[in-house]
Amino acid sequence: MTGASGVPAEPMRPVLGELPHRPRPAWRRTWAMVPIALFLVALFLYPVAQLLWLSIFDKSGGLTGDHYQRLFLSPVYLQVLRITLEVAGWTTALCILGGYPIAYLLATASRRTRDSLILWVLLPFWTSFLVRTFAWIVLLGRNGALNSALQTIGLTEEPTAFLYNMTGVMVGMVHALMPIAVLTMLSVMENIDRNLVPAAATMGARGGEAFWRIYFPLSLPGVAAAGLLVFITAIGFFITPALLGAPQQTMIAQIIIQQVMEMLNYPFAGAIAMLLLVTAIAVFYLYDRALGMSTLAGEATTGQLGGGTRGLVGRVFAGIGTLLTAALGRVTDGIAILWEALAGGRVDRPPRASGRVPLRVAVVLLLIFLAGPSFIIVPVSFTTEGFIEWPPKGISLKWYWAMINDQQWTKAIFRSLIVGFFTACLAMALGGPAAFFLARRRFAGKTAALAFILSPLILPRIVIAVALFYFYARLGLVDTELGLVLGHTVLALPYVVITVMAVLKNYDQRLDQAAASLGASPPRVLWYITVPVIKSGLIAAFLFAFVTSFDELTIALFMSSGISTTLPKQMWDDAIMKVSPLLAAVSTVLLFFVTLVILTAEYFQRRAGAKR
Amino acid sequence: MTPAAAIRSGRRTSHRKSAPKVAQSKLKIRDLRKTYGPVVALAGAGLDLSEGEFLTLLGPSGSGKTTMLMMIAGLTQPDSGEVWIDGKLATYAPAHRRDIGMVFQNYALFPHLTVFENIAFPLRMRRLPEADIAREVGRVLDVVRLPGVGDRLPRALSGGQQQRIALARCIVYRPSIVLMDEPLGALDKKLRDQMELEIKRLHQELGITVLYVTHDQEEAMIMSDRICLMNDARIEQIGSPADLYFRPLTVFAADFLGESNLFNALVEGETGAEIALRGPAGALIRVARDPERPAARGRPVKVMVRPEMLTLLADGALADNVLDARLTQVILVGGVTKYYARLADGTLVSATALTRGPVAGVTPDSPIRLGWSKASGVILAGAERPR
Ligand SMILES: Nc1ncnc2c1ncn2[C@@H]1O[C@H](COP(=O)(O)OP(=O)(O)OP(=O)(O)O)[C@@H](O)[C@H]1O
Ligand SMILES: [Mg+2]
Repeated sequence: MTGASGVPAEPMRPVLGELPHRPRPAWRRTWAMVPIALFLVALFLYPVAQLLWLSIFDKSGGLTGDHYQRLFLSPVYLQVLRITLEVAGWTTALCILGGYPIAYLLATASRRTRDSLILWVLLPFWTSFLVRTFAWIVLLGRNGALNSALQTIGLTEEPTAFLYNMTGVMVGMVHALMPIAVLTMLSVMENIDRNLVPAAATMGARGGEAFWRIYFPLSLPGVAAAGLLVFITAIGFFITPALLGAPQQTMIAQIIIQQVMEMLNYPFAGAIAMLLLVTAIAVFYLYDRALGMSTLAGEATTGQLGGGTRGLVGRVFAGIGTLLTAALGRVTDGIAILWEALAGGRVDRPPRASGRVPLRVAVVLLLIFLAGPSFIIVPVSFTTEGFIEWPPKGISLKWYWAMINDQQWTKAIFRSLIVGFFTACLAMALGGPAAFFLARRRFAGKTAALAFILSPLILPRIVIAVALFYFYARLGLVDTELGLVLGHTVLALPYVVITVMAVLKNYDQRLDQAAASLGASPPRVLWYITVPVIKSGLIAAFLFAFVTSFDELTIALFMSSGISTTLPKQMWDDAIMKVSPLLAAVSTVLLFFVTLVILTAEYFQRRAGAKR
Repeated sequence: MTPAAAIRSGRRTSHRKSAPKVAQSKLKIRDLRKTYGPVVALAGAGLDLSEGEFLTLLGPSGSGKTTMLMMIAGLTQPDSGEVWIDGKLATYAPAHRRDIGMVFQNYALFPHLTVFENIAFPLRMRRLPEADIAREVGRVLDVVRLPGVGDRLPRALSGGQQQRIALARCIVYRPSIVLMDEPLGALDKKLRDQMELEIKRLHQELGITVLYVTHDQEEAMIMSDRICLMNDARIEQIGSPADLYFRPLTVFAADFLGESNLFNALVEGETGAEIALRGPAGALIRVARDPERPAARGRPVKVMVRPEMLTLLADGALADNVLDARLTQVILVGGVTKYYARLADGTLVSATALTRGPVAGVTPDSPIRLGWSKASGVILAGAERPR
């Protein structure tokens, strides 16, 4: 019906049947959430509930407190509990102390600086905990890089014991978890209006006062969220204390592993896992009471402790907080005034050094601490010797050859790739539609739905792993690829949902509306408009899911054994025997592979962000 | 006197330190320049602002208005040039020592502080005693007509109320100059009109010196004592709204404010108090001589006439200038009626007249005669502004 001029001769009607005159039924509107909900209920909620059940009922079905009694009455376990809380507490404090300046600089820097610096946080965030822990063994060991450096300068004569004590554990833990702290605080700080501090300056506030009275209180929800995530992750941690600590630093997760793997005492392990879970939930509850859960997702914050309704306690704390920040502001400015007096401020010349120089120096040092150590394993992997030492002797590829020629390793690598790929596919299939739904619809209980989907990220992994282990034992899924894929998908889903939601937040929905008004049905809108536009974001989400699985050790620890292990599990088995140059070679390969994947993912994500 | 003491005694803050000044300007800018890499954001601007004046920076997006404001506030550092505030050199002085007030476009109210604490903030920075703070905050809340919202958080206020609080926070410490960067940009039209008058009232009642930024010409005309028209990182023209409207210097200025007819013309010669030009379709145009606008013989210029200065001449009626045209369209806008016509050489002309009942007798394509007095024509420099 198109005329020769290309102009339609008569209006073209879309092919429509009868126009519906009823609202769509509820299931048609919520279908996107159904698969993910079913999946998480079956593979996350149910197993965890079952674990709880197991720990409080005995075989005959009667209520029993035996396991908990044993836990709380034995001095050994109490000691472990104490150490766990102590290590987690210190780790949290140090991660926030070190992470805050990084997040602050990133949040207040220009976009270009931010984009280049944030990679140095993202890389360690995604680098395997195992690889990073090995790096510390190489750095801090008796014959490690640090000791050899100290002895060369002549500061010490004997090797200092940095490892297999509290120092080693703390260094490893802080290093492992600081990226989480930085990224969490950053998400809150990025939502702080950049005009507020300049506004304070025009009203007569010096830098220090503007920071402590305005910026800092507004960033507090981020600090609290970071503290929460770090603390909860730390109490369930086992890699670092196992590899860098002595028996005195045994943490609670190690006891769980021991009970499952060596004692085969599942109910007791279940009880310990439950204790962890309850601790995590209790911490969450307190957090929610104090700040509200929405700050976790980096939503707009008011920085007001206690939200809108402040009780007496809230008022007291707010009062103390105000006094404290005012005092800190004055102290900081006192120092600044002193500095100005020494440096000499002039109004007719641009100031020479910016006040941010100390901050920049500190952040560069912290970033080196975060991203640097991993690379120490690279030279070590080329050694000709059969053990790890510093400096490494000779150059050879023999350990790489050893890896390639050892079927155990190649199979593990292959298996990890396969599991990672299918995990990513499944997570995208389940999480993608859910992310669309969550990003675009408003409905009652949205926050709760999001919290449920994100909870695997927030609960200690070891709890999920143990719960799945029981669940699988009944179904015969232990030691199967399918079991691994399902388990890893539980962990990868939060990343997929968050990433896709973030991309959709920048997506102009009028594009879809325009397409719909031009006659495209919803599936066609999705396929021809939405997906092509957010393609980069989807690829990024896929890659994040892949890496989550590829690097995963906790579930794999229980779920893959003997000849059918994943790469991280194989590395772990090797590492608890002996840290060898072969392991360094594997770690190097892993390090570069994951770095490549993450850089690719970042690239795609930025493209997605730039397009809007 | 310290700023705090000044606020307490209710007196205007003054920074006079040295050198006796006669009728000094509140703000003086000389050759201020700023570049961002290859982008010139401001190319050497000069400006004087006297006490109690309301001056508006008006210009299209990207013309350097915000850049200039930020450098005056000390939030951006200029590449070169000088900023004098209250007779004191302040080019590179830190923002917190300039005693300047600034209202941001999105208000920049501190979300974690109550309205009271927001307004008290600048006073606390000046270490005022608590009793004075309470009194001053109460006073400005009355001034902006929002008493009783002190306990609320900013987000519990409407956009217009937030805007008033931002104003209150800015005037409470009696800064020497108040800078406002498109403070009404986020408000809807009705609220805008209301706030325009409100700000104007505050300016008159308190006698504050204001440097205002907008890209809305109407807003600028309504509020300002003087307008500084900016274009492409430069100051195009500074003058009173009437100056800019009736005597624009450049084509850009004529175009930016209001509507205008621009005729290409060649200067033919001067006779006493008038200049004769050869206009479109060979018509003779006479314009009153203006000593500030030299018109050399033979030079191509543009002559601007506002549409409301053109009248539809009745048969036989006379005027200083007369153009024959053919009517193309008549549009009843409401209070005014617009006539669009075409000259013999195709030049489009528009004339605006007050509506006096239904238009009759003029049909499209009918010949008409347009006339205007020689005093209402303005000669503009060349077709293009020299760069
Ligand atoms: N931080 C910056 N980095 C790079 N270029 C900038 C920066 N700030 C301003 N510019 C550029 O300087 C020029 C002037 O910008 P400015 O913000 O002063 O314009 P404006 O007149 O305030 O415009 P608007 O009405 O849109 O606010 C623009 O071309 C802008 O792109
Ligand atoms: Mg601007």
